[in-house]
Amino acid sequence: MESSRKRRVHGMLKLYYGMNEEGKAAEQAKSLDPCDINGPHFDHEVFLNKLRRECSLAELMDQETCMVKQIRSLDSDMQTLVYENYNKFISATDTIRKMKNDFKKMEDEMDGLSANMAAITDFSASISGTLQDQHAQITKLSGVHTLLRKLQFLFELPARLNKCLELQAFAQAVRSHRRARCVLQQYSHLPSFKGIQDDCHAIMDKLAQELRQKFRDGGSSAKDLSECVELLLQLDEPAEELCDKFLSHARSRLELELQALEAEITPCPSASAVKDPPARRLPSAAAAGSPTDNLPKTGATPSPTSNTDILEFIDRGCNEFVSSLCLVITSYQELFITHAQTGELASKNIPQMASAKLNAFVDDLAARYFSLVERRIQEEKGVGDNSLLVRALDRFHRRLQAVTKLLPGSAVAHRGTEIVMRAATERVKQYLSALQSFYMDSLTDVRQALATPRLAGASGPGGGAHFGGAAASGRDAPTSLPELLSSLSASILNQIKSVLASVHLFTAKDITFSNKPYFKGEFCSQGVRESLVVNFIKFVCQSSRQFCDNAGDKGGSTPPALLLLLSRLCLDYETSTITYILTLTDEQFLVQHHSPVTPVTTLCAEAREAAQKLLNHYVKVQGLIISQMLRKSVETRDWVNTIEPRNVRAVMKRVVEDTTSIDVQVGLLYEEGVRKAHSSDSSKRTFSVYSSSRQQARYAASYTPSAPMDTNLLSNIHKLFSERIDIFSSVEFNKVSVITGIIKISLKTFLECVRLRTFGRFGLQQIQVDCHYLQMYLWRFVSDENLVHFLLDEIVGSSAHRCLDPAPMEQSVIEVICERG
Amino acid sequence: MEDDAPVIYGLEFQARALTAQTAETDAIRFLVGTQSLKFDNQIHIIDFDDENNIINKNVLLHRAGEIWHIGASPADKAVLTTCYNKTSDSRVVSCAAVWRMPSDWETGSNESPDDSAHNPQTLELLCHLDDGAHSNAACVLWEPMGDGKRVISLADNHALLWDLQESSTQATVSSSATLEGKGQLKFTSGKWSPHHNCSQLATANDTAIRGWDLRSMSQIYCIENAHGQLVRDLDFNPNRQYYLASCGDDCKVKFWDVRNVQEPVKTLEEHSHWWRMPLCTCTHTHTHTHTCYLEKKDILAEHIHNCR
Repeated sequence: MESSRKRRVHGMLKLYYGMNEEGKAAEQAKSLDPCDINGPHFDHEVFLNKLRRECSLAELMDQETCMVKQIRSLDSDMQTLVYENYNKFISATDTIRKMKNDFKKMEDEMDGLSANMAAITDFSASISGTLQDQHAQITKLSGVHTLLRKLQFLFELPARLNKCLELQAFAQAVRSHRRARCVLQQYSHLPSFKGIQDDCHAIMDKLAQELRQKFRDGGSSAKDLSECVELLLQLDEPAEELCDKFLSHARSRLELELQALEAEITPCPSASAVKDPPARRLPSAAAAGSPTDNLPKTGATPSPTSNTDILEFIDRGCNEFVSSLCLVITSYQELFITHAQTGELASKNIPQMASAKLNAFVDDLAARYFSLVERRIQEEKGVGDNSLLVRALDRFHRRLQAVTKLLPGSAVAHRGTEIVMRAATERVKQYLSALQSFYMDSLTDVRQALATPRLAGASGPGGGAHFGGAAASGRDAPTSLPELLSSLSASILNQIKSVLASVHLFTAKDITFSNKPYFKGEFCSQGVRESLVVNFIKFVCQSSRQFCDNAGDKGGSTPPALLLLLSRLCLDYETSTITYILTLTDEQFLVQHHSPVTPVTTLCAEAREAAQKLLNHYVKVQGLIISQMLRKSVETRDWVNTIEPRNVRAVMKRVVEDTTSIDVQVGLLYEEGVRKAHSSDSSKRTFSVYSSSRQQARYAASYTPSAPMDTNLLSNIHKLFSERIDIFSSVEFNKVSVITGIIKISLKTFLECVRLRTFGRFGLQQIQVDCHYLQMYLWRFVSDENLVHFLLDEIVGSSAHRCLDPAPMEQSVIEVICERG
Repeated sequence: MEDDAPVIYGLEFQARALTAQTAETDAIRFLVGTQSLKFDNQIHIIDFDDENNIINKNVLLHRAGEIWHIGASPADKAVLTTCYNKTSDSRVVSCAAVWRMPSDWETGSNESPDDSAHNPQTLELLCHLDDGAHSNAACVLWEPMGDGKRVISLADNHALLWDLQESSTQATVSSSATLEGKGQLKFTSGKWSPHHNCSQLATANDTAIRGWDLRSMSQIYCIENAHGQLVRDLDFNPNRQYYLASCGDDCKVKFWDVRNVQEPVKTLEEHSHWWRMPLCTCTHTHTHTHTCYLEKKDILAEHIHNCR
């Protein structure tokens, strides 16, 4: 209540003094009302009229009392205000009066001050006037003093230089001399100075002589040496000569290090020639089991080619030669190039001359170093631990970067990379030959495993058993043929994988040279994929083919089982292994084929061709073995005077046994294959030539001279146009086809042998019996039993033709004999 | 010649023996000997007219037995040798003999070809190549380009050099060579080289081919395992002295340089079918360097191979 009242009072005061103009607009709105007693437009007439009109008496009374009360309070307020303001005004008047008095006093003091200042200025002027003379004198005196000190330095210089010379403090001497040199030069026309200059020259010449001597002696460290050079340069020695001297000095030291390196290589060639071959071979037989721990194993035995392994060698080379070389380069550059560029020597083209010399020097020494490194790398023939070589090469390459950094224009790094590339290519070649020899060793192992006779019990639970163990255990393959195959292919595959892993080290991320374009592109595609993997696959195919070509007609130097096994191996390669290996390679090496590479299909075709050739050869070899038996049996018998057949000849049983065991052998590696449906009585079939009535007609006709050839010619012409049988045709990759091929060759030989002989009646009958026996057992092996029928028909027909007394045996008798025997 | 259709000539009997008659210079003439156990065997004289691409034939009787090998004298076109099997009383004997054709066979055939087929003329025996010690002659070889006085017969494991005297009516063994080795070795065929003054002979036994020097009767080279199976026949290239062709039961024809017998110079493997395989005989006629195969027993066809 109080505060609001006060505000209102203030407001009114403000109003009174015309303050707060801006607040007016708001107030005008409400104060326009003439009834507002507080508004500026208050009209008492209107207000009173309004009151009188609107209010009751009581209200008017109240209004009046209220009004009176308000007027009274307003009055008191006003009084208070007036009183307050009066007081303030009085005190303000007092203050102003006081200020007036103070300013007057201050003005007096200021006047005093200015008078004092003028006096001071006068004094100061008089003092400086008196001191003028003395100042000039002092300046002159101090100038003379310095000059005298300089002169003293000059006069003392020879002595000082001599002392420095005695103390070997060359640097100080040179520094002193440099300071004096110009002055002496300038005043050399004065005799006294001339004397000093001459003395100094003489001493400095001596000093230079001594420095040069020290430089020549070369016993000092690189730091001393560089100090020497620096001093000599300061003494205006010819820079070119110094460069040469410096370099030749450095060269002699580096050459010592090179010789030390060389000493590590040279003593070995004789030793390596003897010890190398065994070291080069990969562990062959053991590899089949665990190829992963192969490499560490061989790595543990150090390469016998030298006393230190390659990593140690490269390490030494880096630490001694390369770091010395770097040091030489650095100090040389500091002395002759960086230093010279700032000094007055720059004008004489010294930096260019010096850097040319340096480049030639570095190139020369680096070339020698490289040739040493290359010799050492070439000795590294053991393919055991590739990581060692890769690490060595990496270090070699990495350390050369330092040289490159120092000498940006130098070809050193480039040539170093070339060495690494060559080493890598060489290594790939070594791996290829190691793989090849591993493959040949594996084959030898397989051959031995095949040659080792198996226990009879271990051989064939299949069809071979009931023919007796003799045939099965002799020439027959052991049952482990599939095992041999799988272990052979697994060990080869593992070997390839471990070689790939070794070669992969060359492209590892942490190896400095792996990001060179060569190692990213050409090394992967041409080096690894083409020269290593593709060449190896080609080698496998080619060596397989050689088994067919070389051993070809020279008898069975290659065991037939090996041919069969290799054929299956090549076929497996064709179907899956090649694709797998190449995919593996491409994935591991991220091969990007910039240049054309051998496509998988070509390799597959090659492998298939090799497999086909091997299988064909297998058929020929096995066919030949059976053929020889049959041939001997036909050629060595007197067929005219033989006795009546009682038994099947033993050789026929042997033929059937062998065929059975071959069947088992092939069945181990190849699928069954398709054969034509058998007729219900396959084994019972009789030979049409003899059972049919046509046969009788044929022989009856033969006795009529007028037409000796009708039936013969007819049957021959019939044969001409009947289906032709290719004896030595290609076989398919299945058991039936292989056995069919072998039987075809055997029976054809039998036929041809029969045609060369002349038979008596019993001879013919024996052939009949034999053929019937073969018929009984062989039909089951072939794809088309008609083939066997046809060939056996031919045999019997031919022997009948070659018979002096062709009286065939009764079919029933033949059957009885065959079933009995 | 390649453009012409093959000329085919049929025989009544099976045949295994074929030779070119080198003494006949006017015509291309082949002699074929038949094999029949029951009938009189024949020798067919076949003239090949290469201008008209036709064949003229004549038949002579060879009553002694079935013919396994035939050879024509290089000097006298009427003289020939045969190796034949004689069967008597359940015994088969291989013999060799020198024969003369009847002088008028040509005229006879010209008059009536039918008659010659029905009543063929018979060969006249000059002499047996039999010294009583060696039998089972496999083949008889005339000295090429010789005067028709020297022949070699291969009997079992012996090579016998005969001198024919008194118009070939008498034969005496002048020297012999024996094939030594384990087992029962037996010559299967041979050829007398026309080169080196006819001083070399090549023989085949089983899968091996051997060369012999006739002056010393000693072996000069040997191609072991020349073929995978039996070597059937062989022949020299008439134009290149060191070249030799051979064929075998392995269905291959191989060409050899006898100076280097490790590997064949060339191998043909196209003869892999039924008919041709074992019965091919290499023969060079001297008008053409070509090979004439005797194919299926009674079918004669001519195949030309340029053997360079």
